[in-house]
Amino acid sequence: MVSTDEVTTTAEENAASSAARSAAIRDGLGVGLAVGVSGLAFGAAAVTAGLSVAQACVLSLLTFTGASQFALAGVIGGGGGLVAGTLGAVLLGGRNALYGLRLAELLRVRGWRRLLTAQGVIDESTAVATAQPDRESARVGFYVTAISLYLTWNLTTLAGAAGASRLGDPDTFGLDALGPAVFLALLWPRLAAGRTEIKVAVAAAVLAIAATPLLPPGVPVMLAAAAALIGFLPGRRGESRDEKRAGGQA
Amino acid sequence: MNVWIAVIATGLGCYALKLGGLVTPQRVLDDPRVRRFTDLVPVALLTALIAVQALADGRDLEFDGPRMAGLGAAVAALLLRAPFLVVLAVAAGVAAGLRLLL
Repeated sequence: MVSTDEVTTTAEENAASSAARSAAIRDGLGVGLAVGVSGLAFGAAAVTAGLSVAQACVLSLLTFTGASQFALAGVIGGGGGLVAGTLGAVLLGGRNALYGLRLAELLRVRGWRRLLTAQGVIDESTAVATAQPDRESARVGFYVTAISLYLTWNLTTLAGAAGASRLGDPDTFGLDALGPAVFLALLWPRLAAGRTEIKVAVAAAVLAIAATPLLPPGVPVMLAAAAALIGFLPGRRGESRDEKRAGGQA
Repeated sequence: MNVWIAVIATGLGCYALKLGGLVTPQRVLDDPRVRRFTDLVPVALLTALIAVQALADGRDLEFDGPRMAGLGAAVAALLLRAPFLVVLAVAAGVAAGLRLLL
């Protein structure tokens, strides 16, 4: 995972980039292990909704994107139509396609490796990768997060599905505050550095909350992607984001 | 439709979407307008996710005291430049602690 093309860099740059890589590994493992515990809640919810333990586990192995999995389990539990339920769950996976656009440029992965890398394209791995200061630590952060979260998520799905009733409410452990705190902490440096980023963030949050009572769960978040279009507003606002990033409000 | 078919179709559909973004040709991504959009999309989606996870329960909006206190504590930790893992521990700890007490 460590790059081999660093012979031309100076010792200081080496030290800085290895510190950045260590930070990326630490962040990635932290997110992977902490968020992975939510698999317990999914496993329990899936079995409660009427899926078998095997179905819950296969859903985690193949789908590996929490929102879609909870959505499908919810529809099955509520006796909804399976075709509509499947379509809804896949629609929720749409934001991973948008993440892929950003990650394609960041990871520069080629050939068959893309087939494996694709499975790791989710909220958490994107958040860790895009929070890193350089491309190499972004790559390290992405893979550490994706792999550690994949392993934890699938193990905890099995545990939650197999022993659903013996586990307490995940909220008891504050896991419901942990989820948003993860994304907030990872976004923080970008929000502190860019005025356009703050506008996009505020617009996205307002859009998602306003749409929540009106649309099925998951859709408001997808809709909020439109807030990224603020980057195209003409004039002083959209024009010079990079300059503002350098000299903007901290 | 059988539940197994729904499970496998959901898995394949979600995988296809992940792969679809990743295999977008580089020359499309090199367009400055596309680049600006894809650069800001994670900010928009992740903030929306924070808002919804914090304030929504299904289609209902709710204000959960311990959860919001946990998030508030996370913001305070971030302002104090606490390390990432400390921020997470503070958020979960405050929410869990308040639930224990209340």
